[in-house]
Amino acid sequence: MPGGADAIDRPANSATSLLETVGVDKSFGGVRAVRDVDFSLAAGEIRALVGENGAGKSTLVKVLTGVYPPDAGEIYFEGEPVTFCRPLDAQHVGISTVYQEVNLVPLLSVARNIFLGREPRGRLGLVDVDEMNDRARAITARFAIDLDVTEELGRLGLGAQQMVALARAVSVESRVVIMDEPTSSLEAREVATLFKVARNLRDEGVGLVFVSHRLDELWQLCDSVTILRDGRNVHSGAMADLDRLTLVSMMLGRDVDEVVEHGATEFGDSHLQGREPVLSVSDVEVRNRLHGVSFDVRPGEVVGLAGLLGSGRSETVKAVYGALHSQSGSVEVAGRRIKPNSVRGALRASVAMLSEDRKAEGIISDLSVRDNIALAVLSRCSRAGFVSESAIDRLVETFVRRLQIKVSSPRQKVRELSGGNQQKVLLARWLCTEPTVLLLDEPTRGIDVGAKSEVQALIDELAEQGLGVVLISSEMEELVEGADRIVVLRDGHVEGELDGATLSSSELLAALAGDIDTADALAQEHADG
Amino acid sequence: MADAGPARVPTLEAIDEKFGPPEQTDQPSGYFRRMVDADWLRRNGVYATLALLIGVNVVITDNFVSSNTLRLQLVQVAPVLIVALGMALVIGTEGIDLSVGATIALAAAIIPLYIGYGAPGAIGLALFAGVVTGSFAGLLVAGVGVQPIVATLGIMVAGRGVANLLGGEIKSIRDPAIVSLGTDSVAGVPYVVVIAGAVSLVVWGVVRHSTYGRQLVAIGGNKRAAELAGLPVKRVLATTYVVSGVLAALAGVLLAARSRASDPTKIGLLMELAAITAVVVGGTPLSGGQVRIVGTIAGALLIQIIGATLIAHDIPDSTAQMVQAVIVVAAVYVQLGVRRANR
Repeated sequence: MPGGADAIDRPANSATSLLETVGVDKSFGGVRAVRDVDFSLAAGEIRALVGENGAGKSTLVKVLTGVYPPDAGEIYFEGEPVTFCRPLDAQHVGISTVYQEVNLVPLLSVARNIFLGREPRGRLGLVDVDEMNDRARAITARFAIDLDVTEELGRLGLGAQQMVALARAVSVESRVVIMDEPTSSLEAREVATLFKVARNLRDEGVGLVFVSHRLDELWQLCDSVTILRDGRNVHSGAMADLDRLTLVSMMLGRDVDEVVEHGATEFGDSHLQGREPVLSVSDVEVRNRLHGVSFDVRPGEVVGLAGLLGSGRSETVKAVYGALHSQSGSVEVAGRRIKPNSVRGALRASVAMLSEDRKAEGIISDLSVRDNIALAVLSRCSRAGFVSESAIDRLVETFVRRLQIKVSSPRQKVRELSGGNQQKVLLARWLCTEPTVLLLDEPTRGIDVGAKSEVQALIDELAEQGLGVVLISSEMEELVEGADRIVVLRDGHVEGELDGATLSSSELLAALAGDIDTADALAQEHADG
Repeated sequence: MADAGPARVPTLEAIDEKFGPPEQTDQPSGYFRRMVDADWLRRNGVYATLALLIGVNVVITDNFVSSNTLRLQLVQVAPVLIVALGMALVIGTEGIDLSVGATIALAAAIIPLYIGYGAPGAIGLALFAGVVTGSFAGLLVAGVGVQPIVATLGIMVAGRGVANLLGGEIKSIRDPAIVSLGTDSVAGVPYVVVIAGAVSLVVWGVVRHSTYGRQLVAIGGNKRAAELAGLPVKRVLATTYVVSGVLAALAGVLLAARSRASDPTKIGLLMELAAITAVVVGGTPLSGGQVRIVGTIAGALLIQIIGATLIAHDIPDSTAQMVQAVIVVAAVYVQLGVRRANR
């Protein structure tokens, strides 16, 4: 491995450092997204950049590519201090970015995309198509990508499109290529080709930054790693020096040897035994996301869904709720199979889902608290096509008091509320539907401590009333304390289940990291199948 | 129904016993008070401007304060208002309907062609033309997922083509019932104005109190959230385009009745722009999520009176159009200001 582990982590301004930041800070409205980060990338190195949601990965990438100017700190390129005011400045020194979503023009040919904005010109200043196609063929051949450069980009698979984006990065003679989750929508075969291209680039002396949530890929591809947590660089070092458990515990900020915590499952499991499941999910498949997810939830049970970012937690509840299209699999509520891929079918079977994205998928900010709460029961509160205002008033008053939602009046606009109160409004919306199964995706994210404990208490109470609850949380304590049982997901598979004696933070941590041998076997199996 | 099962939804007394009486905080902070001015302008700017304009006209325009002037203005504004009401619903869903002018032409072309079936039959067929164009737009937008502006632009072009094909050249309308609809009055109020008033009242009620209206506003505000809450998003969207089509067809019938003729190449031309202007000036944001019916009525009146004022003072039509353009830009600018303040 040229430029491997020994070439990294040199002090500032060292000759081998291609791209380097020293003490970079970036805040957004008082939130410090990136704090005092030192980051260094050598020529001929592939460095992984990892961290959970909100760790500051994308902010750091945007600072490196000139999208955000840092509030403090310096950026060095080949030892020289540089200031990037715009993305173009970063591109001029030779930093290219390949995003998860390909940002090329789907209707133009592969060659046109590679040379977009720098087309070789012939007579009369027209594009010399033959010359362009020849040069494009030469570039793609270097990476052993087998494709027709005259083909429309949009007709290619996503993986091939990513490859073209990489080829474009190469053809502008990039010195640094930043790949932001390039594999998240690729098939295993496409990933393999992408890695081959990335390794070729490294061997030619390009420095690569690789952002991915698929942990296996880090060891397959990367020489070194930088781990961010809460905006800080918590670890930089060689990839080979880390094992999965250490990496995950550093990402999550948990000590591996942490004292075993017992789940505060007051009811224990005894009262749940023998009850028929209220929710039964079997073999749910979502292309490139979920590969045969199955689990059960009994009435009165809180089942936690755990997994790192990209493991398919949110996708699982969305597929159960019919909000994410699944190719196969079945969902049964109280023994009756519900209509697949239909939100209305799920709601009719009294399933409700609280989305993790409060703004985009939850509140309707122009509407009042009252209208937001009543949204899902509008037709139930109607007679002959007209809304019964008194029925809505009764429901709204009930839930505003029950959930202690702090509003000046139910007619207050929901956008004026704090995050915690908005979340309670959404919980009220779903409780109005009288669910028997409640899917909660990060119910306490981004809300204040007081509201958080109220929401957690509410979840317990709802379970006591006999609801089946599925709880997703990135916080291990919340899962360990709140759930009776935890289903661990990884790369779209159910990796295992924790309950009773095995329900503790350390067990969960180990399960999240996964046993590397099993993981490799699974990856292999997936690649073969 | 609303009264939930006792296990799930506790009684108010039980809650108060457990948690104490409700607290009330989270008042609008200083930040939200600051945007009140911009918001006030968006909500009430149209009424203030309308009042000002009427005041100015009372002073500078001869014979402005007369029942004849008032009647003429109302008769002229009625078809625009009817179309604008449908447009307000469509814009409330974050859509737009450019096909209304073509639907007007289609409906107007049908009247002289099918007058042989009697006035009610011809009018019924004309309104059905609105159902057809509206269903088509609704199908494209809600079913296929075509952008509203593209879908309705296609119908705008095709619809007028069909109207020309059907109607050919100008045809005069002599059926006494239809002529009476366009010219006669009840208790001094022209039928046309009575109809526009009735439609306004119905649409206002639908927006405020019907399940459909409330769903429409929610879908316009956040379509994804509405889908996840199980609202019949496609059905509501499609219905809205049908309503807009039928209202446009009604306007076409009234226009043909008033002019006692139907010229498919001219009738309803630029009506989509007049309607959009009325809606936007009335304070309904193009970004959807709100429908302001009273504002739309005031917006339609405002544009009508601006045009009348300019004509009364011998200012050419082209200038009137420019004034209209300035007003639309101003109205959109005010809305942008509000949205920025909300960010």
